[in-house]
Amino acid sequence: MSSPEATLAPVQPAAPSGGLMSRETRDIIVNGLWTQNPGIVQLLGLCPLLAISNNIVNALSLGLATTLVMAVASGSVALVRNFIPHEIRIPAFVLIIAALVTVVELAMHAWVPALYIVLGVFIPLITTNCIVLARVEAFASKRSTAHSILDATMMGIGLTAVLVVLGAMREALGKGTLFSGVDLALGPIAKDWVIPLAPDYNGFLLAVLPPGAFIGLGLLIALRNRLLMREA
Amino acid sequence: MTPVLRETLATALTLLVIAVIGASLLAGTFELTRPTIEHSELAEKLALVAQTLPPGSFDNNPIQDALPLAADPRLGLKHPGQAYIARKEGQAVAVVLEAVAPDGYAGEIRLLIGIRIDGSLSGVRVTGHLETPGLGDYIDIARSPWINQFTGKSLSQPADAAWKVRKDGGAFDYLAGATVTPRAIIKAVNRALHYFAAHQAELLAPLKENPHVQP
Repeated sequence: MSSPEATLAPVQPAAPSGGLMSRETRDIIVNGLWTQNPGIVQLLGLCPLLAISNNIVNALSLGLATTLVMAVASGSVALVRNFIPHEIRIPAFVLIIAALVTVVELAMHAWVPALYIVLGVFIPLITTNCIVLARVEAFASKRSTAHSILDATMMGIGLTAVLVVLGAMREALGKGTLFSGVDLALGPIAKDWVIPLAPDYNGFLLAVLPPGAFIGLGLLIALRNRLLMREA
Repeated sequence: MTPVLRETLATALTLLVIAVIGASLLAGTFELTRPTIEHSELAEKLALVAQTLPPGSFDNNPIQDALPLAADPRLGLKHPGQAYIARKEGQAVAVVLEAVAPDGYAGEIRLLIGIRIDGSLSGVRVTGHLETPGLGDYIDIARSPWINQFTGKSLSQPADAAWKVRKDGGAFDYLAGATVTPRAIIKAVNRALHYFAAHQAELLAPLKENPHVQP
């Protein structure tokens, strides 16, 4: 993959293929969404991944909250990275992340209270989600603000995508619906948006309980590896 | 000042500055969101209490018309709770008791139990539980209408001996797979009815004697 591009590079130094974005930007996007996907490659941030991915709405909500925290945290750290002494960078990063998470928590409590109750303890736990600290430490503390925000956003979207796919699998198998509880996030108007897949479905408890999350995640990782093997 | 000391101080100061900025950000957000949060918590509580009462049966705000309940084993309360009084044109029509079923399958089940002044149940709702998702969570009105079977029941209808699930020879339905959960709730509701029967006068009397309570 890399060698033909490397030979092309001197001929077309900037933006070899798409033209709109630089190589670095494209790499950041591809890394976050696929090559270094936090959910199925780095396997970071598994605590919420496994606990909250029992339906699409929960998975999407927590995924987006995490993405928001990651983007703002990485942006803030990149901004102040030159002022933070090396020895205290980790406590400083944790302080910044914890403050941002609490802001998100208060905002969710105020404006989407039903969702706040469903997600419960997993909102404050975003603080301890290692993917947030990992991106701040590995990327944002060394790179430009714009690239750091992009990297965190893409990592967050990558994680959210895995959460949503896992949530869809578990919800479809476990409850026979899709988007159940969407009214908790969007209000009573969304009550009819739930998609029942099979009438009188009795449910498959294993899929909703934690083992379903481990098995589902295993299947997703296997699927990705299978796709990579075919490519190679 | 030695270089080491200076560096240490600078490091500590940096952390302090970050902490102060973080704390002010939090204080600002807290003040900004507090009215909305308080408002939505009250509205949610009122909506829950209203679910245990027949629609249109009351015209006051039961949340503001609450009486303190002492911790009492018959209500399963380890901490003081509240009784919400529903009234129509100043007359008490029902009481909603906070109660706890302590012996759920996975811990406490928190309940709101609405009782009309004639001693019959006007409605029961689960406000918090840790029962197994997909098995014991049918007690939640969002999952199934199971909890509605309490409406209209009282201490005489059925008699005390029949306050059990059908499997144990009682009068109450349950769903296969989880009987510990309904047993706990049926017992808790029955105990709350006994509590109401014993304390009816106390629960209702202050209202009649205190005209200053806002309708």
